[in-house]
Amino acid sequence: MKKIINAPADVVTDALRGMAAAHPDRLRVHLEPDFVTRVDAPVSDKVAVVSGGGSGHEPLHVGFVGSGMLDAAVPGAVFTSPTPDAVQAAVREVDGGAGTLLVVKNYTGDVLNFETAAELAEAEDIGVRTVVVQDDVAVRDSTNTAGRRGVGGTVLLEKIVGAAAARGHDLASCHEIAERVSAGVRSMGMALTAPTVPHVGEPSFELADYEMEIGVGIHAEPGRERVELESADRIVRRLLEPILEDLPFREGDEVLLFTNSMGGTPPTELYLAHGVAERFLAERGVRVTRRLVGPYITSLEMQGMSFTLLKLDDELRQLWDAPVSTPALTW
Amino acid sequence: MSCTAREVIAAVRRGAEVMSAHRDELVELDRAIGDGDHGENMDRGFRAVVAQLELAEPPTPGAVLKLVATTLISSVGGASGPLFGTAFLRAASTAGDAESLDGTALAASLRAGVDGVVARGKAEPEDKTMIDALLPAVRAAEESAGRGGEPAATLSAAAEAAEVGARSTVPLVARKGRASYLGDRSAGHLDPGARSVALLLAAFADVEGAE
Repeated sequence: MKKIINAPADVVTDALRGMAAAHPDRLRVHLEPDFVTRVDAPVSDKVAVVSGGGSGHEPLHVGFVGSGMLDAAVPGAVFTSPTPDAVQAAVREVDGGAGTLLVVKNYTGDVLNFETAAELAEAEDIGVRTVVVQDDVAVRDSTNTAGRRGVGGTVLLEKIVGAAAARGHDLASCHEIAERVSAGVRSMGMALTAPTVPHVGEPSFELADYEMEIGVGIHAEPGRERVELESADRIVRRLLEPILEDLPFREGDEVLLFTNSMGGTPPTELYLAHGVAERFLAERGVRVTRRLVGPYITSLEMQGMSFTLLKLDDELRQLWDAPVSTPALTW
Repeated sequence: MSCTAREVIAAVRRGAEVMSAHRDELVELDRAIGDGDHGENMDRGFRAVVAQLELAEPPTPGAVLKLVATTLISSVGGASGPLFGTAFLRAASTAGDAESLDGTALAASLRAGVDGVVARGKAEPEDKTMIDALLPAVRAAEESAGRGGEPAATLSAAAEAAEVGARSTVPLVARKGRASYLGDRSAGHLDPGARSVALLLAAFADVEGAE
């Protein structure tokens, strides 16, 4: 394992200290329990939007803390959900009296820990609603599994619901908008290499030089199939076809296309894939009117990418366009 | 004879040693069908429990179990934190303020803990989870206690059944937790959560048997 780290057990805390140093104008970093809040929290009478999950997917979630997006993010150990007490502490810190919306990715650990945290917060008379993101179409059988995983759609949901909260929507309305995003967003990813979790020290799976994993999760969960490496044109098709079929997205639909790097794929390859995807969607009459391209939900240093499509309506488009000011997303 | 807070503390300390000794094995099991964090998380959680016990030793078995629960919930993370935490928390409630637990009280605490895990995790038998070790363990404990078994015998029966139950997960296809995403590829592997349950119960039985 080659990584720029000190002790493997201290990676998350050390990185949080670095974030605090890098963004003193935007973030306040708390340690033990670990959570990150916007510097001006709590914002009174605004719904607080709080998310979190295992570390290793940065900038998700800590890089999305700031005005117009998250009020707080709660990072767990690498690829491990944060604990309920940490989530509860973050909620207590940022709740401005209008309640808190928890954004949870659908993994067994995250759901269980956030459920417990919501119970704890409600016991303190803080109004809490939860949205569980489950947009990964690679998981075909959601009856005999823990269900679809929350992946790229989480980034878009956090931006949009953060904007709704900033505009003064109440908790019920923020929750409704979050559910609408969740219902209209679908993703699928692939990997060329495996990531190495610092405290494990070895790659999370074995992949031969000529192989790729189609439908991989952001914790390097196996996908639909393992096949020989192909051209970008074919890879893009392998990812977008299941996404289009699933919702389904139809000719004439207006969408946001999010082309995401899993951490190790460079911008050149990502833009190349994005270009192919735009042509592919244009040929099918799907209208891409908003885009996001870059490493926004990663799996440590894994080489690979994912696509996320979100069906837009006027309100969701306006919320997407609304100002945002966070370390990783600003306009 | 029945077990007091002192013996429960000794059992928990022994559990922590076993989790530490088997950390790498659990990491390997989890790397095969999960994400490789189970051994690290359990070891971290039980180290935190031992650190808490250094500060103050709770006076009753129930209070010890409650301390284990709250510490695991706040230090383990993942799915194991709330699941093991819930198990110890429910066991603590059932143990109540009793000064000591006989075989029957021990089996009742174990039953409450297992019911808590089922309620929280919603797994069913043969989903390839910790339930597959816990359910046979609690049944064996209840039988042993029903025959008038003392805590040591009750825990030994539970530990043996848990070991068999854990091994039974090898051919199963996972239907809950992260391993479920592997589908058929999850067969042929021991479930790390079930293995942890078997290791912990064996460690507890080990201590009670020595008393």
